[in-house]
Amino acid sequence: MKNIIYVILALSIQILSAQQTPGEIQKKPFSIVGATAHIGDGTQISNSIIVIENGKITACGNMDEVKPIGDIIDVKGQHVYPAFIAANTSLGLVEVDAVRASNDNREIGGIIPHVRSLIAYNTESKVVESMRPNGVLVAQISPKRGLISGTSSIVQLDAWNWEDAAIKSDDAIYVNWPNPFSIVWRRGNDPSFKQNKTYEKQIETLTNFVVQAKAYIKGNSSEINIPFEAMKGLFDGSKQWFVNVNSEKGIIDAIAFAKQHEIKNLVIVGGEQSYKVIELLKLNKIPVLLNHTHRLPSSNHDDYDLSYKLPKLLVDAGILVGIQSGAIDNFQTRNLPFYAGTAVSAGLSKDEALKLITSNTAKILGINNRLGMLKSGMDATLFVSKGDALDMRTNSLTNAYINGRKVSLETHQTQLWKRYSEKYKGEY
Amino acid sequence: MVKKQLTLLLLLCVSVMVAQDYFPTNTGVKSVNTNYTAFVNAKIYINPTKIVENGTLLIYKSKVVGVGKSVEIPKNTVIFDLKGKSIYPSFIDVYSSFGIAKAEKATGRTPQYNASREGFYWNDHILPDQNAINVFTYDKKAATQLINAGFGVVNTHIADGIVRGTGALVALTDKGGDHNRIIDGKSGQYLSLKKSVKSHQAYPTSIMGTLALLRQMYNDVNWYKTGQSETKDKALEALIANQNLVQIIEAGSDLNDLRVDKVGDEFGIQYVIVGGGDEYKRIDKIKQTNATYILPINFPKAYDVEDTFLTSVLSLADMKAWSQKPYNPKILADNKIEFALSTKGLNTIKEFKTNLHKAIAYGLDKTIALEALTTVPARILGKSNQLGTLNKGMYANFLITSGDIFDEKTILYENWIKGNKVKVSAIDVIDIRGDYTTKIDTEKYDINIFGSIDKPKAKVKTSTGALGSKLRYKNDWLYLTIAIGDSVDKKFIRLSSRISNSTTITGKAILSNGNEVNFVANKTPDSKVTDKTKKSSKKDVFEMSPITFPNVAYGFDKQPTKQTLLFKNATVWTNEVYGILKNTDVLVKDGKIFKIGTNLKLSSATVIDATGKHLTAGIIDEHSHIATSAVNEAGHNSTAEVSIEEAVNPDDVNIYRNLAGGVTSIQILHGSANPIGGQSAIIKLKWGESANDLIYENSPKFIKFALGENVKQSNWGDNQTVRFPQTRMGVEQVFKDYFTRAQSYDKLKSSGVPYRKDQELEVLSEILKGERFISCHSYVQSEINMLMKVAESFNFKINTFTHILEGYKVADKMKAHGVAASTFSDWWAYKFEVNDAIPYNASILHNAGVLTAINSDDAEMSRRLNHEAAKTVKYGGVSEEDAWKFITLNPAKMLHLDDRVGSVKVGKDADLVLWSGHPMSVYSKAEKTIIEGVTYFDLERDKMLRNKIKKERNQLIKQMLQHKNKGLKTQPIIAKKQNYLHCDSE
Repeated sequence: MKNIIYVILALSIQILSAQQTPGEIQKKPFSIVGATAHIGDGTQISNSIIVIENGKITACGNMDEVKPIGDIIDVKGQHVYPAFIAANTSLGLVEVDAVRASNDNREIGGIIPHVRSLIAYNTESKVVESMRPNGVLVAQISPKRGLISGTSSIVQLDAWNWEDAAIKSDDAIYVNWPNPFSIVWRRGNDPSFKQNKTYEKQIETLTNFVVQAKAYIKGNSSEINIPFEAMKGLFDGSKQWFVNVNSEKGIIDAIAFAKQHEIKNLVIVGGEQSYKVIELLKLNKIPVLLNHTHRLPSSNHDDYDLSYKLPKLLVDAGILVGIQSGAIDNFQTRNLPFYAGTAVSAGLSKDEALKLITSNTAKILGINNRLGMLKSGMDATLFVSKGDALDMRTNSLTNAYINGRKVSLETHQTQLWKRYSEKYKGEY
Repeated sequence: MVKKQLTLLLLLCVSVMVAQDYFPTNTGVKSVNTNYTAFVNAKIYINPTKIVENGTLLIYKSKVVGVGKSVEIPKNTVIFDLKGKSIYPSFIDVYSSFGIAKAEKATGRTPQYNASREGFYWNDHILPDQNAINVFTYDKKAATQLINAGFGVVNTHIADGIVRGTGALVALTDKGGDHNRIIDGKSGQYLSLKKSVKSHQAYPTSIMGTLALLRQMYNDVNWYKTGQSETKDKALEALIANQNLVQIIEAGSDLNDLRVDKVGDEFGIQYVIVGGGDEYKRIDKIKQTNATYILPINFPKAYDVEDTFLTSVLSLADMKAWSQKPYNPKILADNKIEFALSTKGLNTIKEFKTNLHKAIAYGLDKTIALEALTTVPARILGKSNQLGTLNKGMYANFLITSGDIFDEKTILYENWIKGNKVKVSAIDVIDIRGDYTTKIDTEKYDINIFGSIDKPKAKVKTSTGALGSKLRYKNDWLYLTIAIGDSVDKKFIRLSSRISNSTTITGKAILSNGNEVNFVANKTPDSKVTDKTKKSSKKDVFEMSPITFPNVAYGFDKQPTKQTLLFKNATVWTNEVYGILKNTDVLVKDGKIFKIGTNLKLSSATVIDATGKHLTAGIIDEHSHIATSAVNEAGHNSTAEVSIEEAVNPDDVNIYRNLAGGVTSIQILHGSANPIGGQSAIIKLKWGESANDLIYENSPKFIKFALGENVKQSNWGDNQTVRFPQTRMGVEQVFKDYFTRAQSYDKLKSSGVPYRKDQELEVLSEILKGERFISCHSYVQSEINMLMKVAESFNFKINTFTHILEGYKVADKMKAHGVAASTFSDWWAYKFEVNDAIPYNASILHNAGVLTAINSDDAEMSRRLNHEAAKTVKYGGVSEEDAWKFITLNPAKMLHLDDRVGSVKVGKDADLVLWSGHPMSVYSKAEKTIIEGVTYFDLERDKMLRNKIKKERNQLIKQMLQHKNKGLKTQPIIAKKQNYLHCDSE
């Protein structure tokens, strides 16, 4: 008897926690017809037709330019967007923040470029599936701890396993630039900043490692050095160098560092004070992946809307800007569209705001040949929303596709919603 | 043998010194001295306002026996002529821990909830039984520093604990031992807001817990006095014994000054308050305390602003403090607030003189300064008949100076304490400064003596150039060494001379070859005297950075006032049956919504064109932790006695940022550290007003309860496993226990039998009677259900479940109970108990008929609650009008404030927000935020304030650079970073 109960229990738990099944591979062509297409390059096409074949967009234009093929998905009056791309996330690495056993994003060691996020990425994560109903379909998964945290990868968010998920494996090495200021915690007081006395020393440590790795990569070493191996690609530009850095001084130093060591693709991640070094960023053509906009300014005397207007300050100066998720709790990554939308309240145009989480981010991540825009030849990784997807009032997805596969918009959360709504049906 | 005799001699001396009249003498004859001492021809400050020129001070033994112009001098008097010199009463340091060893810190890391002492109060931080006199050891080194700074008497105490017991008033004299030093062995009772380091007992962990502890302690004293207690409590007995002493409490900041004064008022105690030196911030409120203050003069040093990056994060408040704090004593004086000055907080006693002069340079009146060091401390200690002036009968504690004691160049010669002289610097030193020429052996030397009179320096040169030299001048003997050789072959001439006049130096010179010759050096008749050693700090006086309200970034120069406002042509979200009205006018008058309609006119009104804009009621956040100095009192599992109202911090910049997000009212909830938390503060965000003025008038009474992981201390670390409860099972029992006790307490109270007033049970009994409402932090359905059942078994209702993330699972039960739900829009996955949290929660609850709100629990989210409400449109399809009510009318209803705020309705408070567009669009922003007709946030004014801040920072940085360039001391920057508080914050 007892055993039977256990079996039933186990079964019911299985049913409860079963995640959404990944969509089937596209077999037939289809066309999305009638929506306003937000291309992702700063333009829109109303009454658009988007043709999708073999997982790719094969045509995108207005009624006069493009003829629909295959099944017609009539979404007249709705909006179609390229997938939102979330950079620098812990998706699939962290399930519940406060439960240590469910955290896999912070490895020890200090300088560990060889540690790879991809293989720990959990496709069954309940947090991951909760991204899709908001239009976040692609994400970069990055390790977080130490001076060199490890190597990130880019995945799509509807997969059976991490191999299926991978869009670009081992795309970048993540670095935490030392903070020129250290935080002092004193009981009963607000924490405070003071000069970080180990700042130079930490940079020296980083320098030594990079110099040694570079020498190693030139060849002739008799033994394999795993960390050095992982640095391959950094100096020929096939791998990127993503540096988490927020302070003005840190950004200046990080740029000088990359130059000095001939690291090709530096990306500033965070960039809280990037607006203070706009000329330098422009001169060196350094892209910036800003922190999300729903942040308080770090100093009391800062403008209250500093984080809202930061994207505009950089965009106006002609800097390539995206928004990433490093500074938020994992689950909040689904709010990515609204972080972009908030930048509009500070004066950025809606089309420019959209670029922050589509084409700009794709360019910064080096996946713009496949993702970030609704253009012929691109992956059919896109979604349809009833209304403006950057505004929380109107972001409401009806269809989403990854490589032309129709993706489920159901989640653990929508299931609970439906179950309990059903429970109360007719009661009130 | 010789050694022995010496020892004996020494012993003899000592015994003579300490011998008391009634002590037997075995060391010689009893020698009695009945001579008088007179100081004549001095300028005598009998008290700060009574000054006699060419007066006489006559003392006998330790007391003044005569003072004035014509004092009869007995024959057996030793007379000192002090022509040209001044006499002041010596200073009293009214707040010190002189001669008291630092308390030893408790060791170990296990959490402790009970008191460690037996036979004393239930809290280890209440130490009224401590007596400073019992542990006092005269510290000669520290005494010398104090004496040199002009102090004659020091009031010391054990600086450890919330109640610290009695202090001791001691004279700084080497003579006669403690017999002679102790003026009062119980000079007052001392209190503070800091816990004892001797115990790890957790309670209290917060400012509101500390104040509640003081209250309960006073209640317990009153009850103990009635003789009802069945047990002995040595601490309460000590409190009773000390209650007639002056009560001196260390508050340490302007906000705390007001907080402690309130506690004192409730129990009929007027504390003497040891302030923080920032009383100028809201001086009118400080004045209203009617307290006498003890002020520190540990003015902050200028910051080293050379690192531009670090400087950019230095807070304006800290920079302003550097500029403003030296003005604090002057501002109190200007406002006629009585205060004493103390050495509290100074790194070294030497800084006292420097900073005292600084305070004077920054405008403190000299008479008031003298009072603050003499008569006021004497009055505070109830010793005006013994100390503080030089009237007849007072202790002969006085200073002999070369002139005005507050002039930097003045020399303090002697500090007489209880009739005994202590020499500070030599009096009547012959002034040898000037230019001299002399011939020694065959060489002619020019000697320039300069510097201060008592410690002059010398420059020596010959026709071939300057020579190295070293001058020593003490007790009328001059020694001068002149280096005449070169660096390889060093040679010296050594001069010595006994000085008898100020124009000639004559004596012996020992040449480098050892030969001795006589020399005479004559002063050039009109030689110049240069005194470069003293720099006047007056040059360093900077204009005060203006005090703003609050005195931080974005503070107002002048508090904005109520206006009559007419919004024309707005889209008005009424939250009433009228729904959303287009092209509508709203008239605001006398802080209320006066009229809503079309084509409204009033010539006296300021017209605001709201075409294309939306006007709504101000946002109300049911769950906030901004604007408070503390969130949790985590020291007990129930802390119903504490109130956030006592911790409200009106200087938090997040008030301003919330206004910029359209928020006008918030409930500051206690945190979730314990099942029964503390009372709420429900405030309006009237930026610039004082803490008390933010709190709603006749505020509804609320208290925070909590369930789940936080109260179980699940995420507090592995050693936090001793406090009950550690499981959800235990949580229920905590509630049962406390409510049962509250019931019994009520019964006892109404029976007429004398009872011990228990603040905690008083508050819980208010809940039972429906006078106080619960807002309970909650996550999973089991515990939500449990608390409703507990409440029902005690015949009351839970008012609100806050967070309530699994509320949707028990929406029917919540509806039946009649409880409201205040939830997050989309938070989940941050801890184990929020696994099943869903963003559809609000819509399900709302659809089920539960009064629903969206809250923030977060300083950032609270300024975007309009975004969060909009998410309920997305998740679950709530109508826009209803979604808007989630952050306005519904929280107003939950807080029992919907008769005053929450909708745009004639007669309600004019708490309004003008939005640039649709109020729930991510693209809109608040342009004006108005509370009771006062515009507290205005987008245009915000631009001005930004400019002002930039200018002010620039100005202050410039001043600090000037300061540093003068070679004055600076401190490294430690810039404050805001600590954002959540439920879990300590």
